[in-house]
Amino acid sequence: MLALFLRDIRLSIRAGGGALIGVIFFLAVIATIPFGVGPDLNLLSRIGPAILWIAALLACLLGLDRLFQADREDGSLDLLVLNSDRQMLALTVLTKCLAHWTGSVLPLVVAAPLLGLFMNMEPAGIGATALTLLIGTPAITFIGAAGAAVAVALPRGGLLISVLVLPLTVPVLIFGVSASYGAVADPAPFLQPFLILAALTLFLAVLGPLAAALALRHGTD
Amino acid sequence: MRLIAENLGGERGGETVFSGIGFALEKGEALVVTGPNGAGKSTLLRVIAGLLPVAAGKIRVEGSGEDFSSIASASHYLGHLNAMKTALSVEENLAFWRAFQGEPALSVEEALETVGLGGLGHLPFGYLSTGQRRRASIAKLLTSRRPVWLLDEPTAGLDKASEERFAGLMRGHLEGGGIVVAATHLPLGLRGAKGLALGVAG
Repeated sequence: MLALFLRDIRLSIRAGGGALIGVIFFLAVIATIPFGVGPDLNLLSRIGPAILWIAALLACLLGLDRLFQADREDGSLDLLVLNSDRQMLALTVLTKCLAHWTGSVLPLVVAAPLLGLFMNMEPAGIGATALTLLIGTPAITFIGAAGAAVAVALPRGGLLISVLVLPLTVPVLIFGVSASYGAVADPAPFLQPFLILAALTLFLAVLGPLAAALALRHGTD
Repeated sequence: MRLIAENLGGERGGETVFSGIGFALEKGEALVVTGPNGAGKSTLLRVIAGLLPVAAGKIRVEGSGEDFSSIASASHYLGHLNAMKTALSVEENLAFWRAFQGEPALSVEEALETVGLGGLGHLPFGYLSTGQRRRASIAKLLTSRRPVWLLDEPTAGLDKASEERFAGLMRGHLEGGGIVVAATHLPLGLRGAKGLALGVAG
Protein backbone atom coordinates (compact mmCIF):
# COMPACT_ATOMS: atom_id res chain seq x y z
CA MET A 1 0.00 0.00 0.00
CA LEU A 2 2.89 2.32 0.75
CA ALA A 3 4.21 1.54 -2.73
CA LEU A 4 0.88 2.61 -4.26
CA PHE A 5 0.83 5.81 -2.17
CA LEU A 6 4.35 6.74 -3.24
CA ARG A 7 3.63 5.90 -6.89
CA ASP A 8 0.55 8.13 -6.97
CA ILE A 9 2.36 11.00 -5.23
CA ARG A 10 5.21 10.70 -7.74
CA LEU A 11 2.77 10.70 -10.64
CA SER A 12 0.97 13.77 -9.35
CA ILE A 13 4.11 15.86 -9.07
CA ARG A 14 5.75 14.75 -12.32
CA ALA A 15 4.97 16.39 -15.63
CA GLY A 16 1.34 16.01 -16.64
CA GLY A 17 0.27 15.00 -13.14
CA GLY A 18 -1.90 18.07 -12.72
CA ALA A 19 -1.30 18.58 -9.00
CA LEU A 20 -1.07 22.34 -9.48
CA ILE A 21 -4.28 22.76 -11.49
CA GLY A 22 -6.41 22.79 -8.33
CA VAL A 23 -4.21 25.36 -6.59
CA ILE A 24 -4.18 27.65 -9.61
CA PHE A 25 -7.95 27.42 -9.95
CA PHE A 26 -8.32 28.16 -6.23
CA LEU A 27 -6.00 31.16 -6.53
CA ALA A 28 -7.84 32.45 -9.59
CA VAL A 29 -11.27 32.28 -7.94
CA ILE A 30 -10.20 33.93 -4.69
CA ALA A 31 -8.16 36.61 -6.45
CA THR A 32 -11.11 37.68 -8.63
CA ILE A 33 -13.71 37.83 -5.82
CA PRO A 34 -12.54 41.22 -4.41
CA PHE A 35 -12.76 42.70 -7.91
CA GLY A 36 -16.30 41.43 -8.33
CA VAL A 37 -17.59 42.24 -4.87
CA GLY A 38 -15.93 45.63 -4.62
CA PRO A 39 -13.67 47.20 -2.03
CA ASP A 40 -16.06 46.82 0.91
CA LEU A 41 -13.64 45.38 3.49
CA ASN A 42 -16.32 44.47 6.05
CA LEU A 43 -18.32 42.57 3.48
CA LEU A 44 -15.21 40.75 2.24
CA SER A 45 -14.16 39.66 5.71
CA ARG A 46 -17.72 38.51 6.43
CA ILE A 47 -18.00 36.31 3.34
CA GLY A 48 -14.30 35.31 3.41
CA PRO A 49 -14.59 31.84 5.06
CA ALA A 50 -17.54 30.86 2.86
CA ILE A 51 -15.76 31.94 -0.33
CA LEU A 52 -12.59 30.10 0.66
CA TRP A 53 -14.60 26.95 1.35
CA ILE A 54 -16.63 27.09 -1.86
CA ALA A 55 -13.53 27.70 -3.96
CA ALA A 56 -11.69 24.87 -2.21
CA LEU A 57 -14.65 22.54 -2.74
CA LEU A 58 -14.78 23.26 -6.47
CA ALA A 59 -10.99 22.99 -6.78
CA CYS A 60 -11.15 19.58 -5.06
CA LEU A 61 -13.68 18.34 -7.59
CA LEU A 62 -11.55 19.51 -10.50
CA GLY A 63 -8.95 16.73 -10.56
CA LEU A 64 -11.14 13.90 -9.30
CA ASP A 65 -12.09 12.45 -12.68
CA ARG A 66 -8.49 11.34 -13.24
CA LEU A 67 -8.39 9.40 -9.96
CA PHE A 68 -9.22 6.04 -11.57
CA GLN A 69 -9.47 6.98 -15.23
CA ALA A 70 -5.71 7.29 -15.70
CA ASP A 71 -5.28 3.80 -14.24
CA ARG A 72 -8.03 2.43 -16.42
CA GLU A 73 -6.55 3.83 -19.62
CA ASP A 74 -3.19 2.12 -19.18
CA GLY A 75 -4.57 -1.15 -17.82
CA SER A 76 -3.34 -0.68 -14.24
CA LEU A 77 -6.90 -0.73 -12.93
CA ASP A 78 -7.34 -4.34 -14.11
CA LEU A 79 -4.35 -5.40 -12.07
CA LEU A 80 -5.47 -3.39 -9.03
CA VAL A 81 -8.83 -5.21 -9.18
CA LEU A 82 -7.19 -8.57 -9.92
CA ASN A 83 -5.04 -8.32 -6.80
CA SER A 84 -8.00 -7.57 -4.54
CA ASP A 85 -7.59 -10.89 -2.69
CA ARG A 86 -4.19 -9.77 -1.45
CA GLN A 87 -4.75 -6.04 -1.27
CA MET A 88 -8.36 -5.34 -0.32
CA LEU A 89 -9.82 -3.13 -3.03
CA ALA A 90 -11.39 -0.66 -0.59
CA LEU A 91 -7.98 -0.14 1.04
CA THR A 92 -6.43 0.35 -2.39
CA VAL A 93 -9.04 3.04 -3.08
CA LEU A 94 -8.43 4.63 0.33
CA THR A 95 -4.70 4.74 -0.39
CA LYS A 96 -5.30 6.32 -3.78
CA CYS A 97 -7.60 8.89 -2.16
CA LEU A 98 -5.00 9.78 0.46
CA ALA A 99 -2.33 10.13 -2.21
CA HIS A 100 -4.66 12.29 -4.32
CA TRP A 101 -5.47 14.44 -1.30
CA THR A 102 -1.80 14.84 -0.36
CA GLY A 103 -0.79 15.63 -3.92
CA SER A 104 -3.52 17.98 -5.07
CA VAL A 105 -5.63 19.13 -2.11
CA LEU A 106 -3.06 19.67 0.64
CA PRO A 107 -1.47 22.50 -1.41
CA LEU A 108 -4.89 24.24 -1.34
CA VAL A 109 -4.96 24.07 2.44
CA VAL A 110 -1.44 25.48 2.57
CA ALA A 111 -2.39 28.31 0.21
CA ALA A 112 -5.61 29.13 2.07
CA PRO A 113 -4.07 31.37 4.80
CA LEU A 114 -2.39 33.55 2.16
CA LEU A 115 -5.62 33.86 0.22
CA GLY A 116 -7.46 34.65 3.45
CA LEU A 117 -5.48 37.91 3.51
CA PHE A 118 -7.03 38.80 0.12
CA MET A 119 -10.41 38.54 1.81
CA ASN A 120 -9.42 40.83 4.70
CA MET A 121 -10.03 38.07 7.27
CA GLU A 122 -8.77 38.30 10.85
CA PRO A 123 -5.95 35.97 11.92
CA ALA A 124 -8.31 33.83 14.05
CA GLY A 125 -10.67 33.41 11.11
CA ILE A 126 -7.83 32.52 8.76
CA GLY A 127 -6.51 29.92 11.20
CA ALA A 128 -9.96 28.41 11.73
CA THR A 129 -10.69 28.24 8.00
CA ALA A 130 -7.35 26.58 7.25
CA LEU A 131 -7.94 24.09 10.08
CA THR A 132 -11.48 23.24 8.92
CA LEU A 133 -10.20 22.85 5.36
CA LEU A 134 -7.48 20.51 6.62
CA ILE A 135 -10.03 18.35 8.43
CA GLY A 136 -12.91 18.66 5.96
CA THR A 137 -11.40 18.35 2.47
CA PRO A 138 -10.48 14.63 2.83
CA ALA A 139 -14.24 13.97 3.12
CA ILE A 140 -14.76 15.59 -0.29
CA THR A 141 -12.07 13.39 -1.80
CA PHE A 142 -13.64 10.25 -0.29
CA ILE A 143 -17.12 11.06 -1.65
CA GLY A 144 -15.53 12.06 -4.94
CA ALA A 145 -13.82 8.67 -5.20
CA ALA A 146 -17.23 6.98 -5.27
CA GLY A 147 -18.34 9.35 -8.03
CA ALA A 148 -15.09 8.85 -9.94
CA ALA A 149 -15.48 5.07 -9.72
CA VAL A 150 -19.01 5.20 -11.10
CA ALA A 151 -17.97 7.44 -14.00
CA VAL A 152 -14.64 5.72 -14.67
CA ALA A 153 -15.69 4.35 -18.05
CA LEU A 154 -16.94 7.67 -19.40
CA PRO A 155 -14.43 9.60 -21.49
CA ARG A 156 -15.69 13.01 -20.32
CA GLY A 157 -16.83 12.05 -16.87
CA GLY A 158 -15.49 15.14 -15.09
CA LEU A 159 -18.66 17.18 -15.17
CA LEU A 160 -20.83 14.18 -14.34
CA ILE A 161 -18.70 13.47 -11.28
CA SER A 162 -19.13 17.06 -10.09
CA VAL A 163 -22.90 16.86 -10.53
CA LEU A 164 -23.06 13.47 -8.78
CA VAL A 165 -20.84 14.47 -5.92
CA LEU A 166 -21.81 18.07 -5.27
CA PRO A 167 -25.08 17.39 -3.37
CA LEU A 168 -23.28 14.90 -1.14
CA THR A 169 -20.60 17.42 -0.22
CA VAL A 170 -23.11 20.02 1.00
CA PRO A 171 -23.04 18.80 4.65
CA VAL A 172 -19.25 19.06 4.65
CA LEU A 173 -19.50 22.61 3.30
CA ILE A 174 -22.14 23.64 5.83
CA PHE A 175 -20.25 22.40 8.88
CA GLY A 176 -16.90 23.59 7.56
CA VAL A 177 -18.17 27.13 7.05
CA SER A 178 -20.12 27.26 10.30
CA ALA A 179 -17.06 26.13 12.27
CA SER A 180 -14.98 28.81 10.53
CA TYR A 181 -17.57 31.45 11.46
CA GLY A 182 -17.77 30.08 14.99
CA ALA A 183 -14.15 31.01 15.57
CA VAL A 184 -14.75 34.72 14.86
CA ALA A 185 -18.45 35.51 15.45
CA ASP A 186 -19.01 35.40 19.18
CA PRO A 187 -22.31 33.64 19.92
CA ALA A 188 -21.75 30.94 17.30
CA PRO A 189 -19.91 27.84 18.58
CA PHE A 190 -16.68 26.57 16.99
CA LEU A 191 -16.17 23.18 18.58
CA GLN A 192 -19.51 21.49 17.84
CA PRO A 193 -19.57 22.00 14.06
CA PHE A 194 -15.86 21.24 13.97
CA LEU A 195 -16.38 17.89 15.67
CA ILE A 196 -19.26 17.05 13.34
CA LEU A 197 -16.97 17.91 10.41
CA ALA A 198 -14.31 15.55 11.78
CA ALA A 199 -16.95 12.85 12.23
CA LEU A 200 -18.13 13.33 8.63
CA THR A 201 -14.58 12.83 7.39
CA LEU A 202 -14.11 9.65 9.43
CA PHE A 203 -17.49 8.29 8.35
CA LEU A 204 -16.86 8.99 4.68
CA ALA A 205 -13.32 7.56 4.90
CA VAL A 206 -15.06 4.19 5.37
CA LEU A 207 -18.14 4.59 3.20
CA GLY A 208 -16.55 6.32 0.18
CA PRO A 209 -13.81 3.74 -0.52
CA LEU A 210 -16.23 0.83 0.07
CA ALA A 211 -18.72 2.28 -2.42
CA ALA A 212 -15.96 3.06 -4.91
CA ALA A 213 -14.53 -0.46 -4.63
CA LEU A 214 -17.95 -1.93 -5.33
CA ALA A 215 -18.39 0.30 -8.37
CA LEU A 216 -14.92 -0.51 -9.71
CA ARG A 217 -15.40 -4.27 -9.31
CA HIS A 218 -18.58 -4.14 -11.38
CA GLY A 219 -17.27 -1.57 -13.81
CA THR A 220 -14.47 -3.62 -15.39
CA ASP A 221 -15.19 -4.56 -18.96
CA MET B 1 -2.89 -27.84 -9.16
CA ARG B 2 -5.60 -27.80 -11.80
CA LEU B 3 -7.45 -25.08 -13.65
CA ILE B 4 -10.87 -26.33 -14.70
CA ALA B 5 -13.55 -24.70 -16.84
CA GLU B 6 -16.92 -26.37 -17.33
CA ASN B 7 -19.38 -25.27 -19.96
CA LEU B 8 -18.11 -21.70 -19.62
CA GLY B 9 -19.99 -18.89 -21.32
CA GLY B 10 -19.15 -15.23 -21.62
CA GLU B 11 -20.99 -12.18 -22.79
CA ARG B 12 -20.21 -8.58 -23.60
CA GLY B 13 -22.88 -5.92 -23.42
CA GLY B 14 -25.63 -8.56 -23.19
CA GLU B 15 -24.48 -10.42 -26.33
CA THR B 16 -23.20 -13.96 -25.87
CA VAL B 17 -19.66 -14.03 -27.24
CA PHE B 18 -18.89 -17.71 -26.58
CA SER B 19 -20.51 -20.56 -24.73
CA GLY B 20 -19.91 -24.18 -23.81
CA ILE B 21 -16.15 -23.84 -23.34
CA GLY B 22 -14.60 -26.61 -21.27
CA PHE B 23 -10.98 -27.47 -20.47
CA ALA B 24 -8.90 -28.87 -17.65
CA LEU B 25 -5.27 -27.91 -17.30
CA GLU B 26 -2.86 -29.78 -15.05
CA LYS B 27 0.28 -28.09 -13.83
CA GLY B 28 2.85 -27.79 -16.58
CA GLU B 29 0.19 -27.56 -19.28
CA ALA B 30 -0.54 -24.70 -21.62
CA LEU B 31 -3.69 -23.74 -23.48
CA VAL B 32 -3.42 -21.69 -26.64
CA VAL B 33 -6.68 -19.97 -27.56
CA THR B 34 -6.97 -19.10 -31.24
CA GLY B 35 -9.70 -17.64 -33.37
CA PRO B 36 -10.48 -14.75 -35.70
CA ASN B 37 -10.92 -11.17 -34.49
CA GLY B 38 -14.07 -10.85 -32.44
CA ALA B 39 -14.21 -14.54 -31.56
CA GLY B 40 -14.00 -13.76 -27.84
CA LYS B 41 -10.39 -14.62 -27.00
CA SER B 42 -9.87 -11.56 -24.82
CA THR B 43 -13.31 -11.94 -23.28
CA LEU B 44 -12.48 -15.54 -22.35
CA LEU B 45 -9.27 -14.47 -20.62
CA ARG B 46 -11.04 -11.69 -18.75
CA VAL B 47 -13.77 -14.10 -17.66
CA ILE B 48 -11.12 -16.53 -16.40
CA ALA B 49 -9.36 -13.74 -14.51
CA GLY B 50 -12.66 -12.67 -12.96
CA LEU B 51 -12.57 -9.22 -14.54
CA LEU B 52 -15.83 -10.02 -16.35
CA PRO B 53 -18.70 -11.93 -14.77
CA VAL B 54 -19.17 -15.59 -15.71
CA ALA B 55 -22.33 -15.73 -17.82
CA ALA B 56 -22.73 -19.49 -17.64
CA GLY B 57 -20.88 -22.54 -16.33
CA LYS B 58 -18.03 -22.65 -13.86
CA ILE B 59 -14.33 -21.89 -13.67
CA ARG B 60 -12.24 -22.91 -10.70
CA VAL B 61 -8.75 -23.71 -9.53
CA GLU B 62 -7.98 -26.79 -7.40
CA GLY B 63 -5.12 -27.77 -5.16
CA SER B 64 -3.21 -24.54 -5.51
CA GLY B 65 -2.48 -23.98 -1.83
CA GLU B 66 -3.50 -21.24 0.55
CA ASP B 67 -1.59 -18.38 -1.04
CA PHE B 68 -3.36 -18.86 -4.35
CA SER B 69 -6.80 -19.95 -3.24
CA SER B 70 -8.77 -18.15 -5.96
CA ILE B 71 -8.05 -17.79 -9.64
CA ALA B 72 -7.58 -14.03 -9.31
CA SER B 73 -4.98 -14.45 -6.57
CA ALA B 74 -3.20 -17.21 -8.51
CA SER B 75 -3.01 -15.37 -11.83
CA HIS B 76 -0.90 -12.92 -13.68
CA TYR B 77 -2.96 -11.11 -16.30
CA LEU B 78 -1.10 -9.58 -19.23
CA GLY B 79 -3.67 -7.68 -21.29
CA HIS B 80 -3.44 -5.53 -24.40
CA LEU B 81 -2.44 -2.62 -22.21
CA ASN B 82 0.86 -2.68 -20.42
CA ALA B 83 -0.32 -1.32 -17.05
CA MET B 84 2.74 0.91 -16.80
CA LYS B 85 2.93 4.66 -16.20
CA THR B 86 4.69 6.59 -18.92
CA ALA B 87 5.83 9.31 -16.50
CA LEU B 88 7.69 6.88 -14.23
CA SER B 89 10.91 5.06 -15.03
CA VAL B 90 10.80 1.37 -15.95
CA GLU B 91 12.39 0.48 -12.63
CA GLU B 92 9.89 2.53 -10.64
CA ASN B 93 7.01 0.88 -12.48
CA LEU B 94 8.31 -2.63 -11.89
CA ALA B 95 9.29 -1.96 -8.29
CA PHE B 96 5.75 -0.73 -7.64
CA TRP B 97 4.09 -3.82 -9.13
CA ARG B 98 6.56 -6.10 -7.35
CA ALA B 99 5.68 -4.52 -4.01
CA PHE B 100 1.94 -4.31 -4.74
CA GLN B 101 1.42 -7.79 -6.15
CA GLY B 102 3.37 -9.52 -3.40
CA GLU B 103 5.01 -12.99 -3.58
CA PRO B 104 8.26 -11.43 -4.86
CA ALA B 105 10.30 -13.61 -7.22
CA LEU B 106 13.05 -12.06 -9.36
CA SER B 107 14.41 -8.63 -8.46
CA VAL B 108 13.68 -5.76 -10.84
CA GLU B 109 17.21 -5.80 -12.30
CA GLU B 110 17.16 -9.57 -12.84
CA ALA B 111 13.75 -9.42 -14.50
CA LEU B 112 14.87 -6.62 -16.84
CA GLU B 113 18.03 -8.55 -17.62
CA THR B 114 15.93 -11.63 -18.45
CA VAL B 115 13.78 -9.80 -20.99
CA GLY B 116 16.81 -8.10 -22.51
CA LEU B 117 16.24 -4.62 -21.13
CA GLY B 118 19.20 -4.58 -18.77
CA GLY B 119 20.60 -1.07 -18.36
CA LEU B 120 17.42 0.63 -19.57
CA GLY B 121 15.67 0.64 -16.21
CA HIS B 122 16.39 4.29 -15.51
CA LEU B 123 14.52 5.50 -18.64
CA PRO B 124 10.97 6.80 -18.36
CA PHE B 125 8.59 4.10 -19.62
CA GLY B 126 7.24 6.56 -22.18
CA TYR B 127 10.60 6.70 -23.97
CA LEU B 128 10.58 2.99 -24.84
CA SER B 129 9.54 1.59 -28.20
CA THR B 130 6.41 -0.58 -28.53
CA GLY B 131 8.35 -3.84 -28.37
CA GLN B 132 10.44 -2.65 -25.43
CA ARG B 133 7.27 -1.62 -23.59
CA ARG B 134 5.86 -5.08 -24.13
CA ARG B 135 9.06 -6.63 -22.82
CA ALA B 136 8.99 -4.41 -19.74
CA SER B 137 5.42 -5.53 -19.20
CA ILE B 138 6.50 -9.17 -19.54
CA ALA B 139 9.18 -8.50 -16.91
CA LYS B 140 6.25 -7.76 -14.59
CA LEU B 141 5.30 -11.47 -14.81
CA LEU B 142 8.70 -12.40 -13.45
CA THR B 143 8.91 -10.09 -10.45
CA SER B 144 5.97 -11.72 -8.63
CA ARG B 145 5.28 -15.43 -8.34
CA ARG B 146 1.94 -16.65 -9.76
CA PRO B 147 1.21 -20.20 -10.94
CA VAL B 148 -1.24 -19.17 -13.68
CA TRP B 149 -0.30 -16.81 -16.49
CA LEU B 150 -3.20 -15.38 -18.52
CA LEU B 151 -1.69 -13.81 -21.61
CA ASP B 152 -3.63 -11.78 -24.14
CA GLU B 153 -1.65 -11.43 -27.39
CA PRO B 154 1.59 -11.52 -25.40
CA THR B 155 3.90 -11.26 -28.40
CA ALA B 156 2.21 -8.26 -30.07
CA GLY B 157 4.96 -5.87 -31.12
CA LEU B 158 7.84 -8.20 -30.26
CA ASP B 159 10.66 -8.93 -32.71
CA LYS B 160 11.74 -12.47 -33.64
CA ALA B 161 14.48 -12.73 -31.03
CA SER B 162 12.22 -11.44 -28.26
CA GLU B 163 9.47 -13.84 -29.30
CA GLU B 164 11.87 -16.74 -28.90
CA ARG B 165 13.11 -15.44 -25.58
CA PHE B 166 9.53 -15.13 -24.39
CA ALA B 167 8.75 -18.67 -25.56
CA GLY B 168 11.69 -19.78 -23.44
CA LEU B 169 10.28 -17.91 -20.44
CA MET B 170 6.90 -19.61 -20.90
CA ARG B 171 8.55 -23.04 -21.19
CA GLY B 172 10.49 -22.32 -18.01
CA HIS B 173 7.28 -21.34 -16.25
CA LEU B 174 5.58 -24.56 -17.40
CA GLU B 175 8.52 -26.71 -16.34
CA GLY B 176 8.30 -25.10 -12.92
CA GLY B 177 4.75 -26.41 -12.58
CA GLY B 178 2.93 -23.37 -13.89
CA ILE B 179 -0.08 -23.05 -16.17
CA VAL B 180 -0.28 -20.78 -19.21
CA VAL B 181 -3.45 -19.70 -20.98
CA ALA B 182 -2.57 -17.57 -24.00
CA ALA B 183 -4.82 -15.96 -26.59
CA THR B 184 -3.02 -15.34 -29.83
CA HIS B 185 -3.06 -15.71 -33.56
CA LEU B 186 0.70 -15.96 -33.85
CA PRO B 187 2.49 -19.25 -33.11
CA LEU B 188 3.99 -19.03 -29.63
CA GLY B 189 6.50 -21.88 -29.91
CA LEU B 190 4.91 -23.97 -27.19
CA ARG B 191 5.16 -27.61 -28.18
CA GLY B 192 2.55 -29.92 -26.69
CA ALA B 193 0.21 -27.09 -25.78
CA LYS B 194 -3.51 -27.80 -25.88
CA GLY B 195 -5.43 -25.84 -28.45
CA LEU B 196 -8.82 -24.18 -28.22
CA ALA B 197 -10.27 -22.63 -31.35
CA LEU B 198 -13.06 -20.13 -30.90
CA GLY B 199 -15.40 -19.49 -33.81
CA VAL B 200 -17.15 -16.27 -34.66
CA ALA B 201 -20.11 -15.70 -32.37
CA GLY B 202 -23.55 -16.40 -33.75
